[in-house]
Amino acid sequence: MKERNKLVIILLVFAASYAIPWDHNTIRQSGLEAFMMLRDYAREHVLTCLIPAFFIAGAIEVFVSQASVLKYFGATAKKILSYSVASVSGTVLAVCSCTVLPLFAGIYNRGAGIGPATAFLYSGPAVNVLAIVLTARILGWQLGLARAIGAVLFAIITGRLMALIFRKDDAARTVGQIYLPDEEEKGRSLMQDALFMLTLVLILIFAAFARPATGSTGVWATIFIAKWYITAGLLIVLGLMLKNWFVKEERTHWVQSTWGFMKQIFPLLGAGVMVAGFMLGRPGHSALIPEHYIQSLVGGNSLWANLFASVSGALMYFATLTEVPILQGLMGAGMGKGPALSLLLAGPALSLPNILVIGGVMGIKKTAAFCIIIVILSTIAGMSYGLITG
Amino acid sequence: MEIKVLGPGCLKCEQTEKNVKETVQESGVAAKIEKVTDVMEIAKYGVFGTPAVVVDGEVKSVGKIPDKDEIMTWIKN
Repeated sequence: MKERNKLVIILLVFAASYAIPWDHNTIRQSGLEAFMMLRDYAREHVLTCLIPAFFIAGAIEVFVSQASVLKYFGATAKKILSYSVASVSGTVLAVCSCTVLPLFAGIYNRGAGIGPATAFLYSGPAVNVLAIVLTARILGWQLGLARAIGAVLFAIITGRLMALIFRKDDAARTVGQIYLPDEEEKGRSLMQDALFMLTLVLILIFAAFARPATGSTGVWATIFIAKWYITAGLLIVLGLMLKNWFVKEERTHWVQSTWGFMKQIFPLLGAGVMVAGFMLGRPGHSALIPEHYIQSLVGGNSLWANLFASVSGALMYFATLTEVPILQGLMGAGMGKGPALSLLLAGPALSLPNILVIGGVMGIKKTAAFCIIIVILSTIAGMSYGLITG
Repeated sequence: MEIKVLGPGCLKCEQTEKNVKETVQESGVAAKIEKVTDVMEIAKYGVFGTPAVVVDGEVKSVGKIPDKDEIMTWIKN
């Protein structure tokens, strides 16, 4: 960080401390909401949802071979495969946002070209495991599912459209040597890897299993009663798999990479939760921004509300996962379901700083086309979702 | 000798740079270490994944944090 920026930050903090009327009722209420929201996350979501999800993300990074995915982005790869792999590869490759942009530039310049590159660029941040899990958990499984499906479809559509619009430029790509990460020797079959991942996902599902409505009986209630026994059983199975199928080095890598995600994401998420709490409050509680503003801008399911959500999502920067608490606050304050999906689909893939970097890689015209396609698609998806869910 | 560490500035890239610096210092080899953070510069090397390490124009590792022993073998030759 430049010295000048540090000075600016210190001056801003000073000015805020000096001038903000901290003892004003609204500010006090907002401050309380910030910590109440943080407490909600700590009590409800950290142990049963976030921690298992971090272990899954860590496992994916260590145990799924990146090279096996990346070879579908080479210049000679079959196009259909490139698009399909690009649309879901975010789950495997993009848990760390720092890999997305260099990889995008690589695919664009040397690899499969603009279509798969933009498909990957879009899907990367949008379909990662942590984001989908947290969305489903906090904003409801319908929105989580809509986000996952929307992200995969959009990736393919956006990529195809970009390739179609700019098909002439694609021929002018530079051809050169590409370097993929090393394919590592593994002592396990694909089946064993899949079972291992499945066990992790099942642990997440059962540990986070929501209490069914009171008085309900049948399979959901039974599962809820038995959930800790099932989770414990699964943990034993997981332990046996780890002991028999993995060598010590892999286990250490797994824990290290999980720890890497935790220390990278927890502080940002915590800050995001507090900002969302301070500005918008928990659902049903008011805070700094009055609810009628939110309702007039993004309430209901009008074209304007969806478009506004898409455009502001495209410009705003969300640190990893922070879009979830912010949306939770917005929806609690009256944002419609349609606009919420619009924002989720346009938000994490695009941001002003991101757009500038993409512009540096593929030029202003293509970047503008990319952003416009995503904004339009997100608006349409938001409106349809709003109509379906009422 | 010229060593370039390619990475836009995430934790892994920093760890890689640290490993490279320490190894060079321990080995006593005279080497210029440069961190490349510009995405277009990184793409010019054709690496699919960061952090990557380039020694005298030759790509040595991609998408992982190389350990010190590995780095040592690159700079010893």
